[in-house]
Amino acid sequence: MSTGISEASRRKATLDALSGADGASLSARYGELADSLPAAAPLRGPEIGMVMLRGRAGGGGALFNLGEATVTRATVRLESGEVGHAVVLGRDPAKARIVAHLDALSQRPDWSDRIEAEFIRPAIAEAAARRRRHVEETQATRVDFFTLARGED
Amino acid sequence: MTAVFEGGFAEPVFGAQSAFRLLMDAMANPGRVVDLGAGVRGPAPLDNAAATVLAALADYDTPVWFEDEAAGDAAAWLGFHTGATRVFDPSACVFAVLSAGSNVQGWAVLPTGTSSYPDRSATLILPVGGFEGGMALALHGPGIESEVVLAPVGLPAGFFAAMDANRAAFPLGFDLLLVCGGHLAALPRTTRIAEV
Amino acid sequence: MYVAVKGGEAAITNAHRLMADRRRGDRDVPALTVEQIIGQLSLSVDRVMAEGSLYDPGLAAMAVRQARGDLIEAIFLLRAYRTTLPRFGNALPLDTAAMRIERRVSATYKDIPGGQLLGPTFDYTHRLIDPAMASDEPVAEPERRPDAADEACPRVSDILDGEGLIEPDMPDDAEPADLTREATSYPVGRDLRLQALARGDEGFLLALGYSTQRGYGRTHPFVGEIRIGMVDVEVEVPELGFAIRIGEVRVTECQMVSQFKGGAGVPPRFTRGYGLVFGQSERKAMAVSLVDRALRADEFDEQRTAPAQDEEFVLEHCDNVQATGFVEHLKLPHYVDFQAELDLLRTLRREAAEGRAFNEAAE
Repeated sequence: MSTGISEASRRKATLDALSGADGASLSARYGELADSLPAAAPLRGPEIGMVMLRGRAGGGGALFNLGEATVTRATVRLESGEVGHAVVLGRDPAKARIVAHLDALSQRPDWSDRIEAEFIRPAIAEAAARRRRHVEETQATRVDFFTLARGED
Repeated sequence: MTAVFEGGFAEPVFGAQSAFRLLMDAMANPGRVVDLGAGVRGPAPLDNAAATVLAALADYDTPVWFEDEAAGDAAAWLGFHTGATRVFDPSACVFAVLSAGSNVQGWAVLPTGTSSYPDRSATLILPVGGFEGGMALALHGPGIESEVVLAPVGLPAGFFAAMDANRAAFPLGFDLLLVCGGHLAALPRTTRIAEV
Repeated sequence: MYVAVKGGEAAITNAHRLMADRRRGDRDVPALTVEQIIGQLSLSVDRVMAEGSLYDPGLAAMAVRQARGDLIEAIFLLRAYRTTLPRFGNALPLDTAAMRIERRVSATYKDIPGGQLLGPTFDYTHRLIDPAMASDEPVAEPERRPDAADEACPRVSDILDGEGLIEPDMPDDAEPADLTREATSYPVGRDLRLQALARGDEGFLLALGYSTQRGYGRTHPFVGEIRIGMVDVEVEVPELGFAIRIGEVRVTECQMVSQFKGGAGVPPRFTRGYGLVFGQSERKAMAVSLVDRALRADEFDEQRTAPAQDEEFVLEHCDNVQATGFVEHLKLPHYVDFQAELDLLRTLRREAAEGRAFNEAAE
């Protein structure tokens, strides 16, 4: 990891990757390590609520309220003082708790590399593989237009 | 900084329900002092009772105004635990956290509702030094069988005139909560207040 | 005037039990699962999320099951559930230009950057009911195009905008109106219309859109683009001080290109209708874009002569939960009103008969 990345971008990258991770594989990997991880105490949540999604008129114009989506958020704290936050789409208290815990751990120098290797990089790779497959399936339905030569030739 | 993240309801659902019940009792029996306890704690200038009321009632749709400008920590605490936003324009608030020794002239711009929606008014939270030993108030009106006497310590100058004017505007008007530590008494707009 | 009527408790308890029984049906037949509904009836789930105005496939699927497939009942359930959840805030605006495309077609241009991607569409099926639907035959994996480039798909409207031929988007970050927070008073802005239409009844809006094509209002529309796919949801987290991506949602976007209009100092340009809806909801997004354009009549100095151009008519009647609330309330006891009507009718009849008798006697 480049040392030029600011703490904020590193944290954003961590949270982006973990929120997008598949809940089941995240939970499985977390479950294997749970006993060895420094414990996290809840400060808020996990709690379920909503965020209002917005569109832009025409696609790029004035804002409008499209409708709400359920989200789950959690904030935890380690005994060593690091505070971890998570906001995930959908109703998933377990996932929010796990992501907040991992966010807190990733702020500790003695855990950040391990969290990166065991959770973040696999999550990014899985997401990339899903996306790759999706692109290939969609592109198979791309119309390759060809024009027929008319009789004038 | 982590004080912002602490001090919310240990059990949000049950805690909010209990607080709501106590506050409702206080509103229904003006002048009755209820004890909201020390379960919810926020940074100054929030008394425990003020913090508890806000934790139970404030949310994304209830802007809060702090009379004390240096209430940054309290505003951050409020935002974290309730999602409520802080406004700097008192005429736009739903809750007004007043200072001890509040500038009563400033109460004139606080929302008092409209004829169609008298409930779109502000709830004021005023810290006092205690509920006995101060200026004695004789309370009459709905929720009071004959008379209740309350003697809050440290009421701001101009308090009576402001509450009189508020009562005259009924059904419009604001509702007032007096807080001291974990204790609270309510003076809804229906209550008539006279000096003893 | 409604009459308080007592004595129905036992009947109601038994009615609920009977309904639960009918909902479950034959106990020897496996029960529906939420996974089956999400996976295999996803377009029902999408409609319930769109009109329920809450994106949560799991909840929508439960609602579909609980409502025994009655989608308006399911929408009602989801709307009711929504009122129990606190709103944490707003997400950043969805960026449909960055959509992970599943389907993208244009009727205005054949060759567009990114291509025409048909996606999982019914459009080219022959509409013959497939006997395979009556059994559980294996379904092949979809074809893949390996090494396919993930080419960017710019909006078709942006292509036209590059030549100045289409009315451009006017970016504006002003806080939009929210009909779930404030009572509506007319006239309303386009932001509120797009919110109302997105959650409006698909059938009603389809009919209104259809009416604009049949001469009730004149829009002469072309589908500039329809795109369906996943867009990222990003949320500012105050405790962090920056926004994070929390997941992705599926939306359908339709750009309808309509007749050109010029004005004072503005050369004639194509005008637009826009529709954005949760889920894979193509018909709905198209209908919304037609009605959106019709309701923008004032912006183009068009006379409002057609139902689809009547803002209050469209917006007050497009919410099927509100509509069914009032229609179905007619089932409530109206015994006293009706008695009053009966008495009035009998009185009128009697007076008419007496009047005839008097006239006959006078002759």
